[in-house]
Amino acid sequence: MSAVQADVVQSPAVRERPIYLDYQATTPVDPLVVEAMLPYLTQNFGNPASRSHSYGWSAEEAVENARAQVANAIHADPKEIVWTSGATEASNLAIKGAAHFYSGKGKHILTLRTEHKATLDTCRQLEREGFEVTYLDVQENGLVDLEAFRAALRPDTVLASILFVNNEIGVIQPMEEIGKILREHKIIFHVDAVQALGKVPVDVETIQADLMSLSAHKIYGPKGIGALYVRRKPRVRIEAQIHGGGHERGMRSGTLPTHQIVGMGAAAELAVRSMESDNRRIRQLRDRLLEGIMSRVDEVYINGDMEHRVPHNLNLSFAFVEGESLIMALKGIAVSSGSACTSASLEPSYVLRALGKSDELAHSSIRFGIGRYTTEEEIDETIALVAAKVGKLRELSPLWEMHLEGIDLNSVQWAAH
Amino acid sequence: MAYSEKVIDHYENPRNVGGFGKEDAGVGTGMVGAPACGDVMRLQIKVNEQGIIEDAKFKTYGCGSAIASSSLVTEWVKGKTLDEAMTIKNSQIAEELELPPVKIHCSVLAEDAIKAAIEDYRKKSGASSSETH
Repeated sequence: MSAVQADVVQSPAVRERPIYLDYQATTPVDPLVVEAMLPYLTQNFGNPASRSHSYGWSAEEAVENARAQVANAIHADPKEIVWTSGATEASNLAIKGAAHFYSGKGKHILTLRTEHKATLDTCRQLEREGFEVTYLDVQENGLVDLEAFRAALRPDTVLASILFVNNEIGVIQPMEEIGKILREHKIIFHVDAVQALGKVPVDVETIQADLMSLSAHKIYGPKGIGALYVRRKPRVRIEAQIHGGGHERGMRSGTLPTHQIVGMGAAAELAVRSMESDNRRIRQLRDRLLEGIMSRVDEVYINGDMEHRVPHNLNLSFAFVEGESLIMALKGIAVSSGSACTSASLEPSYVLRALGKSDELAHSSIRFGIGRYTTEEEIDETIALVAAKVGKLRELSPLWEMHLEGIDLNSVQWAAH
Repeated sequence: MAYSEKVIDHYENPRNVGGFGKEDAGVGTGMVGAPACGDVMRLQIKVNEQGIIEDAKFKTYGCGSAIASSSLVTEWVKGKTLDEAMTIKNSQIAEELELPPVKIHCSVLAEDAIKAAIEDYRKKSGASSSETH
């Protein structure tokens, strides 16, 4: 086991930090990726845009090699890859860039209520600029209803933006079918594939994507680097959002961070290469976690479809306990809560609300994110901890007591405050 | 989410968890809050013949601050007369637990719970024919 890996995986006896189960938030950089990056920080530090000397040439070669690695990972041509600072910038460039370029054809955009904030907030901005956006509801399982999707298209729809794999609940949208519908209607298709790469096969041809956002740090690469795929055949045009030296064929100016790019290339290649073995192992761990919790804790609900879902994500709601106290109780594991209490807004997750979950269940949800370095011991410890802490909080909960007495909480007149 | 040591102490070792029979003589029950808002507190007091709160129990569904606020007030009301208990203010609870501004509502809820429990007790003991609910 390498040094970096050892930092993540700790044996219970020496564990100083919480068990990391937040792989959908970010991942550690794989040691192989770190190794590939290092020479580009020190020796080969040249600016890839320098055409007049070998420092620049070797940096450019590394950048182009990484471009090919990322292109290969999604079955694209290297010329279709534009480097960005991350997926948020990629989605901004894709959605604003395409909406602005094609605004003469129409000003309607279609997306889902369960999209990532990078898409939703970008769409909100376009609404302020005079575009119209439909935020389509999803079904209870988190998946889009294709008939509803088709019905939501308008003659002036120019762009649709869909999250391939949902970051909160891990569901996989029917991308091929969506791509087919959009191609029929000649509507630009932007895909946020951040959580898909390395977890499911991603092929821009099969799903007929026109634009695709990617990120390195979700696939064991470094933070601060992402990419946008921009289709060339048939050619898709976008307006640049950042202007300057005309890098990336004018679509995104700014000096390229060679070491970050090399890291993303290496991570993308590794992600595809280890996808099958990663998935097999992670599915076993996910099944073990789910079975372990379900057999020890009552009144647990799974959020999101279980069939059309990546095994890396398990999102559970624990009825009759409150989300923030649950996160506090689970301080031994690093997980994310569907409830955004930490931001002091006390707003439950908009994704779970879109699934029609009650405020209570949306508040008490936990996202368990399993990754490349998760071990069986960590899963077993997590099961034991969750069972103990949920049990403790329920002993404290008047709602749990009422539930055990057979009282329907919906029939109670609550004193509002 | 930086909690004070006092909140963490009450959260990890809550005092007086549990309940009394709602219909028992001398028991007053206050239930405040709503599940949709993220907090429900149930505070119960047991009042002796001298009109002194001799015991108190709570159960709370809510965040760490809500649990700590209700745990704290069960300690505070014990040994007090009903009138004395009525004077407990949310600001005292917030100050004792060093609650941040976003958690002040937890202390308000705890004050409401005391008042509701006392009211319930008074209603029950004042008019024995009055229905409990």
